[in-house]
This record gives sequence, structure tokens and C-alpha cells, in this order.
Amino acid sequence: MKFTLNIWRQKGPDEGGRFVTYEARDVSSGMSFLEMLDSVNQGLIAKGEEPVAFEQDCREGICGSCSLVINGIPHGPDRGITTCQLYMRRFPDGAVIIIEPWRARAFPIIKDLVVDRRALDRIMQAGGYISAHTGGAVDGNVLLISKDQAETAMDAASCIGCGACVAACKNASPALFVGAKVSHLALLPQGKPERTRRVKAMLEAVDREGFGSCSNQNECEAVCPKRISVRFIATLNREYLRAGVVESGLPAEPESPHAEST
Amino acid sequence: MMKLDPKIPPGPLETKWDRRRFSEKLVSPNNKRKITVIVVGTGLAGASAASTLGQLGYQVECFCFQDSPRRAHSIAAQGGINAAKNYQDDGDSVGRLFYDTIKGGDFRSREANVYRLAQVSMQIIDQCVALGVPFAREYGGQLANRSFGGVQVSRTFYCRGQTGQQLLLGAYSALCWQVERGQVTMRPRTEMLDLVMVDGQVRGIVARDLVTGRVSIHTAHVVVLATGGYSNVYYLSTNASGSNVTATYRAWKQGAAFANPCFTQIHPTAIPPGDTHQAKLTLMSESLRNDGRLWVPTMRADHRCPGDIPAGERDYFLERRYPRFGNLAPRDIASRAVKSVCDEGRGVGPGGQGVYLDFADVIGRQGLDVVRERYGNLFDMYQRITGEDAYDAPMRIYPAPHYTMGGLWVDYNLMSTIPGLFVIGEANFADHGANRLGASSLMQGLADGYFILPYTIGHYLATAKLTPVGEDHQDSRAAIQRVTSRISRLLNSKGGRTAASFHREVGQLLWNHCGMSRNEEELKSALTSIAALQEEFWRSVMVPGSGEAFNQELEYAGRVADYLEFAELLCHDALHREESCGAHFREEYQTDDGEPQRDDNRFAHVAAWEYREGASPILHKEPLAFEFVPPTTRSYQ
Repeated sequence: MKFTLNIWRQKGPDEGGRFVTYEARDVSSGMSFLEMLDSVNQGLIAKGEEPVAFEQDCREGICGSCSLVINGIPHGPDRGITTCQLYMRRFPDGAVIIIEPWRARAFPIIKDLVVDRRALDRIMQAGGYISAHTGGAVDGNVLLISKDQAETAMDAASCIGCGACVAACKNASPALFVGAKVSHLALLPQGKPERTRRVKAMLEAVDREGFGSCSNQNECEAVCPKRISVRFIATLNREYLRAGVVESGLPAEPESPHAEST
Repeated sequence: MMKLDPKIPPGPLETKWDRRRFSEKLVSPNNKRKITVIVVGTGLAGASAASTLGQLGYQVECFCFQDSPRRAHSIAAQGGINAAKNYQDDGDSVGRLFYDTIKGGDFRSREANVYRLAQVSMQIIDQCVALGVPFAREYGGQLANRSFGGVQVSRTFYCRGQTGQQLLLGAYSALCWQVERGQVTMRPRTEMLDLVMVDGQVRGIVARDLVTGRVSIHTAHVVVLATGGYSNVYYLSTNASGSNVTATYRAWKQGAAFANPCFTQIHPTAIPPGDTHQAKLTLMSESLRNDGRLWVPTMRADHRCPGDIPAGERDYFLERRYPRFGNLAPRDIASRAVKSVCDEGRGVGPGGQGVYLDFADVIGRQGLDVVRERYGNLFDMYQRITGEDAYDAPMRIYPAPHYTMGGLWVDYNLMSTIPGLFVIGEANFADHGANRLGASSLMQGLADGYFILPYTIGHYLATAKLTPVGEDHQDSRAAIQRVTSRISRLLNSKGGRTAASFHREVGQLLWNHCGMSRNEEELKSALTSIAALQEEFWRSVMVPGSGEAFNQELEYAGRVADYLEFAELLCHDALHREESCGAHFREEYQTDDGEPQRDDNRFAHVAAWEYREGASPILHKEPLAFEFVPPTTRSYQ
């Protein structure tokens, strides 16, 4: 198979970028998309030219490094996968493929297709954790967690932090990323004590980093490689509202065994 | 002259760790603030160590080459984490986890270390639950367990097929908390390239900022390496492409002994290799062997569809050879059995490199839905890569380099032969002997990081004499000089070959001569070929671009240069170990029915290698004494 690639090339964050056309020849249908790019790069290096910079690491869809917008869609045409899990058999022979980086103000371009996603780490640092000291934890079976609740927490926790949700959103909102973490921790008894502070701190960090707001278009869910549901954005909004109620001094959930004292 | 003192506390096994913790000196809270600890690597071991040290009050500077600490390769571990909780009441105990691990490692690990690992295994689960790790639960709300290879109890805790991800995100979130508190300074996209050595002690690292290309000195009172394993020396492995040997290898060149490098685990169930452009091998979790049955046709070169081969013409070779453990035989044994049926010409799929992993029986017995719930994500992954549906036809699998039991030598306190250099997780050698059991790497990484290192590091800091060292210190300048001259050498060699082509060549060479089975003649020929390849590399490698910018090819070429040297050390070790044990199978040492033959008289030792410039490495031996579990022939038949 052969393909024509229009790839975004940009030397650095402060320089202008442009599309450059490359031909990918002798591609087999069993090659992954990234292996196809590897082979183009091998050709460039052998000629002494700089290869196209792109991110990848585990190549099995879990590390969240790979981050390409392929023909306008983050992680390419298939649902529920990362770029590294996309195979060339998915494209017709001779196709023209457009490859771009994640585009968002909060993700400055480092080089070519590589962007700086540290803003997501800073949102996590603002509150995406449970402050549990090492040592002294109670036995894991002391607090029972129903199977359904554990499974829902796991659905949310499976976020890989790739940032496709931001790249797909016209507002560059990380609502799905934040919603997944806030929901995961709010669903578990261990996460309850800090839930009020957590949601507020994380959303403040979102604003600080220059991300946009969610306007419920659900494009994030459509491109999420882990198929994380927008239900978790609803949970995020509910948690935020709840935090406001708690801070105003009213009881948030008088009937709940896990209600916080204010 | 290098001296190996394992510093194992005397006395009964059960109380060694307690007594060590009591006898260790502590650093007072006020003084901790003045102490800087460098942690390199943010996988399970690195992230758990950095966060715990931060909690204790040390100033931690933490490095990773990835763009975020959350992307370290621990994230990809699928199956689970062991702990001797005995929630199933099926006969498990600390003693049994200890015994299984010693036996699983084929009597080449330290008893005291392994016992301590089994002891702290229970705390790990509790700690992870406290951090919000969503382990699988039973309907009643209790933690669920599954079985893994090489054991007869159910002690593995899991989060679907993403246990490593959830444990790492737990440790990462603890790390985030410490960053927020100002206790940890995180330096992502920064690669350690050398150690700063002052008066025989390690006092910092040289690191390259991968975005700007700036090479700089970071000084500290102690350095912790948590940089993972070196399976990528084989080029094709289940590791992430970034996983590399550079940090541990360069520490070796500065005087840290490297132990048992030839103990490399080849995992039996990976998707078989495809074409030459393939960049990695994808693992199919060992948990699949709970329900999947491995088989090949009885006849050679049988090209019928698997469904057309009647039961009588199938060889369920693991069940036949190892009836007691069957498909759950340990990894080294299962991999060799796969290799031997393929070598007999009974392998299936392209090139005869593969065996079937068949779920038809369990689907018939329990239904498609049960199998889908249990392994759905793995079946999906298989389909995406191969384009085949494993619910209809059996999977094809083949062994792949996966985990490395070898690593930098450490004593009981996890310190290397360089004072002040601690090594944790897969990067050290200590706990798995010659073969690691499934679901034990996550256990070891977190045990080292959360529960062991934070104690032992304090004793060193409380007792060592450490004078201030700055960036201008002559030893700092020497270290930076070593790094920059190597970088310019790479950039100035303008040949026509890519670094990847060398990596592929050395990987293929090792796989053929120092892979699942080894012999003297082939190892010697590999050593000659590797030396030639090293010369060729420095003559004709092509690295475009500059050193003062983001340059992925430069990073990669530096790692490949280290693989080329490290491959030599690996072969030296394999050549010296004239016995078959665990993952190391020397063809000269086997029984009549092809089982490995260990030699406890000559080789019940840790082989720790010392670097010598321009000469073969020097071997030092740490004898292994088995006071509590007498070595027996490891039988799973």
C-alpha cells in the first residue's frame, strides 16, 4: 500500500508551522499507524533530514503518550482506541492522510506533533488525589464497596490522560478529564472526606491553565480512547454544585452516611 | 576492590525486618528538610518512593523522561498484584508467598529479601485501597482475587486488565499531592545521563532537558534509581519503546555492580511477531491461562484450520508435561515448552512461530458472556492487532522478552555498591531470582517504594558524612564533560545508518544467541559480533539535528549505544553461568527429558559484575545461603 501524508511541521513553540507532504511507500496493511510513521522517519534520517517528532511509548493504548489528530479526528477514525492501536488496514490504498498535533491554547506545541500537556498534571496536583499517608492504612476490606460502585469508579478511573477530549472540544475544555477523576474519587468512601475541596481546586486550576468551559457537545466522549462517558461530566457539575451548598453551610445530603460535617 | 556485603540481619527470618527497622538510625524531622533526595523514574517504585519521601519531609527532586510521571511503563501491567491476605481462606500465608517466590525464582534469590516482600505485601493492598485504587470487588463489597501462574492459591488482586495502570495512578496521585505541598519538584522530559561521583559517593546526576537540550547538574545527598528493566535490549519486547538501560548501565560504569544480567524473563503469551517494521510485541495477560488451553497439532506442519483438527490430533503440551500446574505452569517453563514444540515443527501461523491459546472449552462451559466480562479488553486488543476474532478461533501466541530479574546489585537496604545510590523496583536484582512469578513485579515495585526504601534511606543519611557539593565542584564538571562529549560524538558521526537499524540488529543477535536457550558456542560468537557492531555503530550511525533542541533521534541513539555495550555484559553473564536455572537455560545442562539442570554446588550465588574500562568485566560472587527453604529440584509436573 502507499499513502500521501500531509504532516504538520513546526520547529518550536514560537515559530510558525506548515504542512509538508510525504509519501509513505511499501506499507503493509498489518502495520500500525505509528509503525508507518516510523518507516517514513527512517527514510528521512538515512538522508540526514530531521524526522517528524511525535509522541509514543507503550504502543498498546494505555500510557496516553500518543496524540495525533488524523484527518481532523483525535486518535483517528475508529472509536475507543488510541493512535498507536490504529492499523493501516483501516485506510484505503492511496489515501491522503492529514496529520496534526493536539490543538489547544493550554497545550503549546514543542515540536511538530509533540505538545506540552503539563497543564493536565497541574490540574491533578491541585486536588486529584486522596491525602493518605503511607503506612497506617486500615485493612482493605474494612470499608465495603459494592461491586457496581467499584465498577463505576473503575470506568471513570480508566482515563489515560491523553488529552484527546481537549483536542476534540471546540472550547478546549478538559471537562471529561476532570469529571473522570472527580467522579472516580467521589464514588469511593476513601475519597469522600476531600470531595468538596477537590472539585473546587481542580476547576480553579482548569481556569488558571487557560482551558475553556464545557458546553455539552459530547465530542470528548466520541473520541475518548477509553470510552469514558459524559455522565461523569454531569457528576462533575453535581459535585461542584454540592460543594457550593456545603460551603454555604447547608447540609448537602442529610440522608447520606458519608455526608461531611461542615 | 569491590566488596559485596548484603547486610542481612541475623536471626529468625520472621523478625529480621522488624529488628532492622528498630536498629536503624533515624533522621530528625528538622534535619529532613535540609536533605535533598533525587529519584529517577516515576513507575510504581519511583512514584511511591518519591511521594513517601516527600511525606516524610525530605526535599525530593524527581525525574522522568516521559512528558508526565503518569506514563511510566508500570502503567501497562495488566494482570494483578499478589498479596498474602488469605481472604479466600485457601491456605495462603506469608510463609507460602515466600516459599512460592523462592521456588518460582529457582533458588537464586535472597531468602531475607523475599520474606520481607511477602510480609509487606499485605500493607500494599491496604495502602492502595486508601489511595482510591478501584480494585475488583465481590458482590458483598469485599476485595476479589484471581489465580496466577506457578501457585496453587488465589492471591492476586486486580483492576480488570489494567491493574498496573490503577496502581500507578494511585502512586502518581500521591506524588501529585507532594508536588502540591512543595515537597517534590517534578522534572518531566528530563533524562538522567550520568552520576556525579564525589569521594566514592554518589552526590547527584547529570541530566539532559529533552525540550531545550540543556545538560545540567543536579546535586543531592542521595540518589534513587527506579528506572525499570532492560528487555528492550532485545529490540522487540513487551516494554514501551522508551524503556531503556541507560540509567542503570551508566551507573554501572561509575562503579555500581550489575547482578545476574542474564536472568531475562521471556513471557509465554504475547502476540507473535509480524513483519519487519514491527516496533514492539504486545503481551496477552497471563490471566488468560486461567481459562485458555495451550495446544499445537500432534503432526508437524499441519496447516488445517484449528477447528478442523480433531481432539485426538491436538497436543495440550503443558497439561501433558506438567499435569499438576497444567496451563498455569510458570513463565520460564511455559515459554520453553512453547519454543520446543515450535522447534519440532509443530508451531502454527506464519513461520511456524506460534501456538494456540484456546478458549472454546470455557466458552462451552460458562458461556460467551462470562468470558467476555473476564477478558473482553484482551480479546478486543487481539482483534485490533491481528484482525482475527478470538471468540471464534483460538488466539495464536508466542513468547516475548518481558521482564528482567537482573539489575543493579543491592544489599538488604536496597543500596548498590556505590554509597548513597539506592536502586528500587525492576532496576535492582534482588527478589525474583532466576524467574519472576506473575503479579509479583507490581508487588515488589510498591514494596520497595512505599515500605522499604523510606526506612533504609534514613539510616544511610543519619550515618554518612556528606560535605556540600555544588555544580562547580570538579567532579560535577567531570561528569558533565563525560555526557557532553558523548553527545557530540553521536552528532558528529555522520554515516548513513539509523540507530534503529543497529538496535534491531543487536536485538536479533541476542534473541538468537542469548534468548530462551543459550550455549557456549553461540554466546562466544555473539560476543564477537557485538564488538564488531559497536565499532560499526560509532563509524556509521546517523543522528540528524542538534543537541541544543528537542531531538528524539539523539535520545534514542544514546540509548542504542548503551544497549550495544550492555549486550556484551549480558552475554558474559550467560556464559559464566554453566547451569540451567529459571529463565536461563543452557543447552549443555539439561536432563534427558529436556528439563533444566541446576548446579547448586557451583552456582548458588549472585553474579555481580564490576566495570573495567577497556577490558572484560570482573565477576564477584555473593553466595546464597538457604537456611529456611532447602533447595529442591523445581518441579511443576
